[in-house]
Amino acid sequence: MKIEGRALCLGLDIDTDVIIAGRYLRTKDRSEWARHAFEDLDPSLAQRLEGTVIIAGKNFGCGSSREQAAIALKEAGVRGVIAPSFARIFFRNAINIGLPVIECECTCSDNEAVSADPGTGAVTIGTHTYHTRPLSPRMLEILSAGGLVAYWRGRR
Amino acid sequence: MSTLSERILGAPAGDYVDRQVDRAYVHDGTGVLTLEAWRAMEAGAPARPGRCYVLFDHIVPANNSVTAGLQHDLRMFARQQGFHFTDVGDGICHQLMGEGIALPGEIMVGADSHTCTLGAFGAFATGVGATDMAAIWAEGGTWFRVPETIAMRMRGALSGPAEAKDLALTYVGRLSMDGATYRSLEFVGDGVASLSIESRMTLSNLAVETGAKAGLFYADGSTCRYLGAYGHRVNPQEPEECCYERELHFDLGEVVPVVAVPPRVDCVKPVAEMEGKPLDQVFVGTCTNGRFEDLSRFAALIRGEKVKVRTLIAPASRSVLERATETGILATLVRAGCTILPPGCGPCLGAHQGVLGEGEVCLSTANRNFKNRMGVGGEIYLGSVATAAASARAGFLAAPEATP
Ligand code: SF4
Repeated sequence: MKIEGRALCLGLDIDTDVIIAGRYLRTKDRSEWARHAFEDLDPSLAQRLEGTVIIAGKNFGCGSSREQAAIALKEAGVRGVIAPSFARIFFRNAINIGLPVIECECTCSDNEAVSADPGTGAVTIGTHTYHTRPLSPRMLEILSAGGLVAYWRGRR
Repeated sequence: MSTLSERILGAPAGDYVDRQVDRAYVHDGTGVLTLEAWRAMEAGAPARPGRCYVLFDHIVPANNSVTAGLQHDLRMFARQQGFHFTDVGDGICHQLMGEGIALPGEIMVGADSHTCTLGAFGAFATGVGATDMAAIWAEGGTWFRVPETIAMRMRGALSGPAEAKDLALTYVGRLSMDGATYRSLEFVGDGVASLSIESRMTLSNLAVETGAKAGLFYADGSTCRYLGAYGHRVNPQEPEECCYERELHFDLGEVVPVVAVPPRVDCVKPVAEMEGKPLDQVFVGTCTNGRFEDLSRFAALIRGEKVKVRTLIAPASRSVLERATETGILATLVRAGCTILPPGCGPCLGAHQGVLGEGEVCLSTANRNFKNRMGVGGEIYLGSVATAAASARAGFLAAPEATP
């Protein structure tokens, strides 16, 4: 499994309220979450997410357990998120909805080419390659099925 | 020799384990998504419906017809499946699970990050996302990575106007917002005995603000008495010599009233340094500080006075409201000019009942002060009940005097 895209560099401690604000949670319309992703950080960001790999600082996704945060990013076309560390519920949620996440400490500038493999832990940003911890086999299976719902259906 | 998390999960730190869960709960917010994932899974019948709870607290009563429709669907589903169900006005999920449901040694999951509140009872309680929860409905269990543990060693007793909330914010400030990511916190030491069960819930509640997966107390005599009042006979949990990853020491006698300055929970400063900050709203409630102990302390500090800033009070549960009614505390609050909200989350998540406007500042007893959380452009200072009372009386951010 490989993820590829343009780098979008974000800061540290990006919380789930910033990823998708509480005021947009009263709907089941996923495209609505995608349209308002990161609105309180930068309202123009949502339109630029398609085809990106987010490279963020530590503790990405801290705060509430809202799965809408991970869904908003996936719906907006984010290919994956790479950060030195994640809040654990966001990390679990991302895998469960089929959004690849990789723990890696790396430097980046916007729009550099990113390719990464959660199965081997290799992350290439621009010309630099990092080697980090791969995901567990079970997480990889869930990701390649497209998320926990599909994984579950596949097992029946 | 194990930590409490290792003992409950039955494996050493770092191991991945599959475990049945003793209780699994969702609220009206996360429940809607859980139900959607559940339907997509086409999993048949829930494995253990008697262990599943649906508790309405986030937007109660519904603020518009879209919310009402989603809630109706979830309510019908919960009833059909034979899940435990509590409706509008019954209270906040974590509080209700703490009113005689959570028991020492249990494994609990909640589709809400503050599920760690139930660690106060010696349960391993942690938050999960909605899709995880749907799979738990289907299977009755899930996987866990057994966490490493940080010991929070307490000595002495709180004194003067300092409260458990001040201690909680103090430890979040020391650990920082990711200082305990993937870890468990264990609150240990002689100081623990001096903390009421309600105070312990406040301390466990904030664990997730350091990134922790759980925040546990060992069940002791107080826990057994508290649960005894709900008809449970439980035994204390004896701590063992064990291997903590780190230890932090807290002298409770040195804790002073503090606030968390927006937009970070770990930006913690003595209230005295921030005194005089103009306020537009004071909010007392939430799963952090909406319990009877909190309402009665607030009432004692405000008795006979009028609040000088709009003050909203949301009891954490119906039984808290009932006790406040029976003891006359509610009358004191109303007379002082406070607005009483129905039991539930109230404005904590910025969806209704006290949303802040652009530039407005709120002193809240909740646990999060993230940007725009209670309304776009609003700012949230987090503090204790005594700080809330002193500020409500003054009309600006004010340090509390000793609690009577
Ligand atoms: S009171 Fe606030 S923090 Fe607690 S469960 Fe409700 S919304 Fe979450």
